[in-house]
Amino acid sequence: MQARPFLTEANRDYYAGSLMLVIGAVTVWQGAGYRFGSLTRMGPGFFPVALGVLLALLGIAIAIGAVRKRSGVETAVAAPAEWRAWACILIGVAAFVVLGKYGGLVPATFAIVFISALGDRDNTVRSAFVLAVAMCIVAVVVFWWLLQVRLPLVGWG
Amino acid sequence: MIEQSLHALWQGFGVAVEPHNLLWVLFGVFVGNLIGVLPGMGPLSAISILLPLTYAMAPVPAILMLAGIFYGSQYGGAIGAILLNLPCHPPHAVTCLDGYPLTLKGKGGTALGVTMIASFFAASVGIIVMIFASPLLVQIAFKFGPAELFSIMLLGLIAGGTMSSGSPVKGVAMAVVGMLLGVVGTDPNTGVSRFTYGMTTLADGVQLVALALGLFGVTEFLRNVNRLKVSGNASIGVRDMLPTRAELKRAFWPIVRGTSIGTLFGAMPGTGPTITTFIAYAFEKRISKNPELFGHGEIAGVAAPEASSHSKTQVDFIPTMSLGIPGDPVMALLLGALLIHGIQPGPALITQHADIFWGLIASFWIGNVLLVLLNVPLIGLWVKVLQVPYRYLYPAALFFIAVGVYSTNNSLFEVGEVLVFGVIGAVFVALKFPVAPILLGYVLGPLVEENFRRAMFLSQGDPIVLVQHPISAAFIGVSVLVVGVQIYVALRGLKGSAAISPT
Repeated sequence: MQARPFLTEANRDYYAGSLMLVIGAVTVWQGAGYRFGSLTRMGPGFFPVALGVLLALLGIAIAIGAVRKRSGVETAVAAPAEWRAWACILIGVAAFVVLGKYGGLVPATFAIVFISALGDRDNTVRSAFVLAVAMCIVAVVVFWWLLQVRLPLVGWG
Repeated sequence: MIEQSLHALWQGFGVAVEPHNLLWVLFGVFVGNLIGVLPGMGPLSAISILLPLTYAMAPVPAILMLAGIFYGSQYGGAIGAILLNLPCHPPHAVTCLDGYPLTLKGKGGTALGVTMIASFFAASVGIIVMIFASPLLVQIAFKFGPAELFSIMLLGLIAGGTMSSGSPVKGVAMAVVGMLLGVVGTDPNTGVSRFTYGMTTLADGVQLVALALGLFGVTEFLRNVNRLKVSGNASIGVRDMLPTRAELKRAFWPIVRGTSIGTLFGAMPGTGPTITTFIAYAFEKRISKNPELFGHGEIAGVAAPEASSHSKTQVDFIPTMSLGIPGDPVMALLLGALLIHGIQPGPALITQHADIFWGLIASFWIGNVLLVLLNVPLIGLWVKVLQVPYRYLYPAALFFIAVGVYSTNNSLFEVGEVLVFGVIGAVFVALKFPVAPILLGYVLGPLVEENFRRAMFLSQGDPIVLVQHPISAAFIGVSVLVVGVQIYVALRGLKGSAAISPT
């Protein structure tokens, strides 16, 4: 089942360096849209462009390091990807944002706890449900009543 | 001048023991300790989760409470490291090396007791250093112009990036990414909106709390889910924590040496706590008469690193408060908290907000006393808390993060920011980037830009000014030295010798 991992010791730094290079290049490209100015009177574009160039150079340095390191031995076996758990956590937070706007505090709280709890293999639907209900009570008592968070309990925002 | 400091300190104690403030310190230490004990939660997550709670508070109790959370969670982390071999905060990784073997030998209680003595001693020394060094530093700090400020921040960023953990180049790259995130928003000098892409909610920039909770909350959950298995059922009583006379004797000099190392590194901006504890451990092992015992439950291997991290923590507050330059990511977060409360750290802080500065110092000591008083009776509770399964912990923590960030500015958009930074952080972690320097870069970025701009304006665009001023030249020199040493080590490492890099 364990397919060849996407990230290995040998190519990880290569991707890492490339990512920095891309971020740097995009920054320079976007930053060039702002006035650059001179050293004496710097425009808003000066600092971001300078940082972008620096980041791109660092990216190249990281990638070169990766090429040199190729001979490196394969050490620890990477832990398997947890796609379901990752998706549950991210969807849970996104659900809080959406339900916070259109549903109110209680549905948002229930959603973030319930959905993210399902990400753990040891949680059953039942245990996730109980946990979510418990957190809803905490939300109402502590955050809504004691700390006066400005979200309606239930309602259409 | 010393007399004046002592007088101010006396008044500081007056501020700190006001019942109202004392209560918040106690609350902070307790909650910090509790969160620190929880698997997978460190000081950064503890402070960021509780930061929004302080918005409604007056600045003095708010800062006192946050500081309490900080050292409470730091001590709490040691409990998990020693009893369960779980280093939830990177500096404790070293503590595990000898702390966990001690637990296996049934000496876990002793290790905790020694840790407590070590941290109390180290924190006390750190506080004394703070009392005497801060006024001196303030006098120098008043001479700081834009060039000096730029240079010292440059040093802080380089040191923070290269000395955090993992590859130095990657650390510096993360500091640069952090500075870029600091650029987002309205440019204070020209009023131009940068990198906002028409989103008015981004005009005020990326929110510190959202960034911190994304990087240290969501990212950690993504990394640990289904992987962090909490096991073991240690039971520790108060009696077990009392070390014997012989054990105390063995631990005494390691504690003193660890404290000195921590103090030294605390004074250097940017050197992370992880590297400090590693050096303290390595030093102890090197000078030990029987180094082969290290890694198998040597009490000195617990005492020295814990002492170094606690004295470093205290001394770190000196550059943070007197220069406005945070030493490490936790300090960066506290600095951000000060700014949110309308307090600009810097030399003027000590003169204008004397109540905050000296109250904070006094509260450190009181907080450390409270920490000892709390931990002796509550150790049984902490051991129970340690066993909270991760599958209940992270969904609940996610909720606290979401609602905490929302309440910062009543903005759901910022909860969305947490999500984005969580994903970005997870990608960086997968690529083995250290994420902590991002926070340092984010906080320092706007200050770096502002001071560089001013320095260049004053010198008519002549960068030579950075090395003409002696103080500035010294910082630039050290920065070059740090980079040079790293390049040297990297080149030597390529030639084949195994590199020693703390994770």
